[in-house]
Amino acid sequence: MRGSAQPISGVIAPGGPAPEFTLKTETGEDFTREDLAGRTTVLVFYPAAFSAVCTDQFQIYQEVLEDLAAQGATLYGVSCDQSDSQLAFRRSLGVTIEQLSDFEPKGAATKSFGAYFEATGVSNRALVMIGPDQVVQWSWEGEHPGTLPGANLIFDALAAPAER
Amino acid sequence: MTDLRSAPPPPLRDDDHVRGDRSAPPILFYADFTCPRCALAHERLTRAGATVAFRHLALRAKHARTVATAHAAEAAAAQGAFWAFCDALYGDQGRLDDPHLWAHARALGLDLERLDADRRSAQVADRVQRDTREALAAGATTTPTLFAGEIALAGVPDGEWLDRLGYDGSVRLPKTTKKLASPTEGRA
Repeated sequence: MRGSAQPISGVIAPGGPAPEFTLKTETGEDFTREDLAGRTTVLVFYPAAFSAVCTDQFQIYQEVLEDLAAQGATLYGVSCDQSDSQLAFRRSLGVTIEQLSDFEPKGAATKSFGAYFEATGVSNRALVMIGPDQVVQWSWEGEHPGTLPGANLIFDALAAPAER
Repeated sequence: MTDLRSAPPPPLRDDDHVRGDRSAPPILFYADFTCPRCALAHERLTRAGATVAFRHLALRAKHARTVATAHAAEAAAAQGAFWAFCDALYGDQGRLDDPHLWAHARALGLDLERLDADRRSAQVADRVQRDTREALAAGATTTPTLFAGEIALAGVPDGEWLDRLGYDGSVRLPKTTKKLASPTEGRA
């Protein structure tokens, strides 16, 4: 159901406003829909800190952070892990991508984006790009949490508005 | 700078590091010298006699020595010793610091001063970065990532994958019989 922001099934579709949500930053502050205003944001929903595929994913994305910044995009990692676990994961990898926690109430924000994987109670692997106007520009969801989207897909999505 | 939007990996170039029968279509092997999976893939490809073009997938967050070893291998390539150096690195992945690289270079009869200058050159850095960015544009999500024509593989090739390409995927690695040293062995 493209063109609607309502997550009937699966990750939120592009074209509608980002939902209201609350996540926790690494320093324990709220990160909400209001924090999306005025810049392009990519929320990287991932299943679990320290898992093998998530490790690969952040190592890949770290490599292109400067390129993303040059295109005005800011990445955040989002999972249902507690902030301390996310921070330990990020630091163990030497990665600078800021983490947002959806630990309590577990998965509430992830569910509002349609990115929760009920089968195992974790975030599915999903990407949601939100524009400066807080409208969802692009989204991607894996068939299962083990599917990993390459960084190239993010750059394709960033280039897409200019090519339409 | 390589555009990072989706693009297939570039076809074979004159400056690619190729081993095997050059008349055969090469497997593009995007890899990192610090990655154990890459070492296993390298071993399997070598034992299968595959035609391989090595390209760097050197992610800075992967390991503290990922980029340094990639640069050193390119510097060895400038002295015609890419594959010998590659084999040495994969054969001894527990020791990848500078003194170990010098030991490999000495054993291969390389000019150490030249190696040290070359590994710090912009040309070498550009080459490693070019390969890495092209891999990412091609959709690489892990090390190693292999491309054989239209066939892509994220991870270590198994026998079936090699069989599909016409190589002998039944070649098995020898069993390791090396005794692990005791933590106290050799101490006074």
